[in-house]
Amino acid sequence: MSEHSPRQDRPREAGPILSVRGLSARIAGQQVVHDVSFDVAATGVTALLGRNGVGKTSTLKAVMGLIERSGEVVLDGARVDAERTERIVCRGVGYVPEDREVFAGLTVAENLRLAERTGDHGTSPARKRLVADLFPDLTQRAQQRAGTLSGGQQQMVSLARALLNENRILLVDEPTKGLAPRIVSEVADALAAAARTVPILLVEQNLQVIDRLADRVVVIDAGRVVHAGPARELLDDQAMIQRFLGVHAESEPAPDQVHKAVTIAEGGE
Amino acid sequence: MSTLILLLVTGVGLGGLYFLVASGLSLIYGLMGVLNFAHGSFLTLGAFVGLAAAQAVGAGTWGGLLLGLLVGALTGAVAAALTELGLIRPLYNRHIEQVLVTVGLSLATVALFEGIWGPNPRNITTNAWLSDTTELLGARIPNTAFLNILAAALVLGGIVAFLKHTRYGLIIRAGVENRSMVTALGIDVRKAFTLVFAVGGAAAGLGGVLATQSLNYVSPHMGASLLIFAFIVTVIGGMGSLTGAAVASVVVAVLQQLANSYLNNSGDLIVVLLLAIVLLVRPSGLMGRTA
Repeated sequence: MSEHSPRQDRPREAGPILSVRGLSARIAGQQVVHDVSFDVAATGVTALLGRNGVGKTSTLKAVMGLIERSGEVVLDGARVDAERTERIVCRGVGYVPEDREVFAGLTVAENLRLAERTGDHGTSPARKRLVADLFPDLTQRAQQRAGTLSGGQQQMVSLARALLNENRILLVDEPTKGLAPRIVSEVADALAAAARTVPILLVEQNLQVIDRLADRVVVIDAGRVVHAGPARELLDDQAMIQRFLGVHAESEPAPDQVHKAVTIAEGGE
Repeated sequence: MSTLILLLVTGVGLGGLYFLVASGLSLIYGLMGVLNFAHGSFLTLGAFVGLAAAQAVGAGTWGGLLLGLLVGALTGAVAAALTELGLIRPLYNRHIEQVLVTVGLSLATVALFEGIWGPNPRNITTNAWLSDTTELLGARIPNTAFLNILAAALVLGGIVAFLKHTRYGLIIRAGVENRSMVTALGIDVRKAFTLVFAVGGAAAGLGGVLATQSLNYVSPHMGASLLIFAFIVTVIGGMGSLTGAAVASVVVAVLQQLANSYLNNSGDLIVVLLLAIVLLVRPSGLMGRTA
């Protein structure tokens, strides 16, 4: 089916790794994503932005097939929108969900073992070493129940699960949400390292993290794409940031924001 | 004193039977969110087919009993797996429809069993040792109680080992916590669904054959009557918790025995009262996850 698509006429390198066309999604009958279309480039980080509750998380879930969806999802030239979630994942889509969703009753080692894939594109020993190097803390805590970890450590488990496999793209949903500033930069480090090897579609609220990681941005409002372009263009335009995201971009976070982040992190742990 | 010992040991034995049914119910609900009303049918079918196999070898012999238990478990497993594949899977993620299908299946199968084996209980020949009693601290305990306790302990140990040490066990434990995240790690959770149905069906089938040894009869309705208490046990223990089901099985059965003996046959009433209290005070059950 995709052989006749115009996308195929372009050289593979220049084409997007993920194309979303006219994607709509519902949760419990309620439409949460409205006819969304965007591309994710084959390298670097594409940030999916927007105010709270505009449908960013739902868009990722719809791409993953975790919620009822319609429209076209094309992964590296192949339509995947009719496939079940586990098939899409096995095609090379790593998913790091909002709120981390580690298995609290399982140990760190078990969480990671569950993510290992078998077969042709299975988890390689080299990949496991890479993850162990990236998250040394997790090796030390292998036998600890994931539910007893701090929010930052849980985020590392969630990221490590996605990085254990040779993926073609990672979908990462609000990885720094509710974390203390120091942990935010650790998570950003890990993502920056990951982005060197695999393209990432990132949902993120923290403008500093976006500034550091994102190459391109896609902005959603009320379930629709309202802007797409280079990250710099948006970040340098105060008016655009205010209009699309409802926040002021500052080089330093306001003291109360830091305080808030710390409180959330402490409260959540 | 000897009466108390008798009641306690037979209570634990009865708890063993409850556990054999409740373990499957709890695992199936925990992983799939399906209350399986057809579970009693797996038990009844296991009992009838298992006994037929036992009779073919020799009713009342150890060999016959052992074969009967094996065939009963296998029958339960096959029936449960087929139910999952044929009726539950096509209704994936439609929990209400899935539950309704199991209700329909339970009604239809009881009618089918009545058609095949007749509506009335049939007496069976049991092993000579099983019809006997053993004296323990002055109490004469029916030997079936020991067999039930042994079987339930082995099944509990087996399921725990399976959950702890196998890949599918890991998938099931993770799936009980968060099914959609398991699929988001690239795992086809449907295979685990069939597997828990099969494991639960095997335990129920085994429980069916064991129940006939304690009751001395086999009937198309035995599944339904045990299922009620197994449901109560599952809710009290906490839906989805295997250890919860084990503890609640013993608590419910012992309490039932004590109340039947000391409180004017009020065992069933006491159990339902206990259920009500647990639901009021701790709705997620003794060992259930707090929502």
